[in-house]
Amino acid sequence: MTVLLKVEDLHIFYDSIEALKGISLEVNEGEIVTVLGANGAGKSTLLRAISGLLPIHSGTIQLRGEGLNNVQAYEIVIKGISHAPEGRKVFSTLTVEENLNLGAYIRRKDIKAVSEAKERVFSLFPILKSRRSQLSGTLSGGEQQMLTMGRGLMSTPRILLLDEPSLGLAPLLVKQIFQIIREINDQGISILLVEQNARKALSIADRGYVLETGNITISGLASDLKSNQKVQEAYLGGAALKKRK
Amino acid sequence: MRIFLEQMINGLTIGSFYALIALGYSMVYGVMKLINFAHGDLFALGSYLGFSLLVWGSAYVTSHVGLAGGMIAAMLIAAIGIGMAGIIVERIAYRPIYPAGRLPAVVSALGVSIFLQNAIMVAWGPRYQAYPVNVVPTVRFEIGGIHITLLQIIILILSFILLALLYYIIQKTTFGAAIRASALDRDTAALMGININTVIFFIFALGPALGGTAGVMVGMYYRQISFTMGWNYGLKAFTATILGGIGNIPGAMVGGLLLGIFEMLGSAYISTAYKDVFVFLILILVLIFRPRGLLGEKVAEKV
Ligand SMILES: Nc1ncnc2c1ncn2[C@@H]1O[C@H](COP(=O)(O)OP(=O)(O)O)[C@@H](O)[C@H]1O
Ligand SMILES: [Mg+2]
Repeated sequence: MTVLLKVEDLHIFYDSIEALKGISLEVNEGEIVTVLGANGAGKSTLLRAISGLLPIHSGTIQLRGEGLNNVQAYEIVIKGISHAPEGRKVFSTLTVEENLNLGAYIRRKDIKAVSEAKERVFSLFPILKSRRSQLSGTLSGGEQQMLTMGRGLMSTPRILLLDEPSLGLAPLLVKQIFQIIREINDQGISILLVEQNARKALSIADRGYVLETGNITISGLASDLKSNQKVQEAYLGGAALKKRK
Repeated sequence: MRIFLEQMINGLTIGSFYALIALGYSMVYGVMKLINFAHGDLFALGSYLGFSLLVWGSAYVTSHVGLAGGMIAAMLIAAIGIGMAGIIVERIAYRPIYPAGRLPAVVSALGVSIFLQNAIMVAWGPRYQAYPVNVVPTVRFEIGGIHITLLQIIILILSFILLALLYYIIQKTTFGAAIRASALDRDTAALMGININTVIFFIFALGPALGGTAGVMVGMYYRQISFTMGWNYGLKAFTATILGGIGNIPGAMVGGLLLGIFEMLGSAYISTAYKDVFVFLILILVLIFRPRGLLGEKVAEKV
């Protein structure tokens, strides 16, 4: 198995607050890897650091052995990493199609490749096709999530970083989104999935890491994590309790 | 009715000046959240640049490319020169202090404005300068009893082309979408592979370039230019920006044209002396009743 993305001893600070305290993780080619953790654990910080949006205090991030520490955020996507950020972050006053076109901004001159990528996205998310000329701010939450993921696929990345795609969505939609994540993975795109919905995330992931206040405390195969007592108590039981409420 | 229509034409003419200048304020504000107070003075610098080209270069230009060629050359060189000036201003006066926040940048913009105004005064003198008379032949047409000059027709057509071109770039191309995306959310725009520095370069070149072109048009239209003209036009164009919705490109165009029409109708039917009062009354009313402007989106809806 070849290592695609490798994070080693990563420390990230917000001013004097240390949000990531030396974490290491790997995503192999073709894998779905999930990072579980409560609110404020540092999950988004991890993804934002990989994407070059946050300065790295120490540690390394590598894609296929190439160091990314000094690569600017706008160049990261050229390397093959695409990031669908938390909270959708669609460009609300732009149309659905304009959002998708920006997803392929790095290849905007190759009109054929852009329209092919768009067709692939439309076949994953047919609803986006019928909404293509609608302003994305007027989409429902689920549709915006689909747009964020579709936009992320437009650059045909090697790896897609997904930050809480199920956040605030109805159970049926969550199910659909996770199904699509699997389909994306079947197309050969590796996935680094950040989630609070541990049950769902572990059901599609190959491996997982548990992040607690800036440290990785547990890691292993998804099937092992599912039966891990600490994970069950803290994340699976908790999720079930929340659901019942 | 005749007066009304003629004033409409006059209004559209000066309105297109305002629109061309307003675009610079709006683009820069959209992406940088900075009111570029130096923009009016860049416009004035463009007017003076065009003036020198037409006066000192007129003998050469007229004999080689004719009157029309001279006019086009003046506008083109003013556009390029002021576009470059815009980039230099951004590099020297704004870029080093972005990390310090928005207010310091605004103060710096005011400083650049004062600097440019004085530089123009030193270079060209404090007195009014007069544009050459013969740049565009003084031909007047009469259509159904309404008078319109050749110069007005040229200005209207040229402005329309420039506005349409800019509208196309911003609203219809992927690079334009990238500019709008950078204005909405810089981090997410970076995730798309958009280099914010390219966007900044573009808006600080293009906005002033349009302003510089407008400067030459104003010189040809009113003949008289002064080193303080940047304040006056800058303030009006800024009003137009607010009227249309700051940060909104079609809004800046509509706002500029409307403001020109209001100003001319106001001076025809109410009082010439009060036409500026009229303009600023509009500014105040917009700020009170519709602060996001005619076409502006609701701001701060998202958390
Ligand atoms: N822009 C910021 N400035 C300062 N602190 C931040 C910022 N963003 C996040 N943090 C802090 O960093 C920690 C991790 O946040 P985050 O990565 O967003 O967590 P998660 O995505 O797991 O909910 C939290 O304690 C949060 O308060
Ligand atoms: Mg988060």
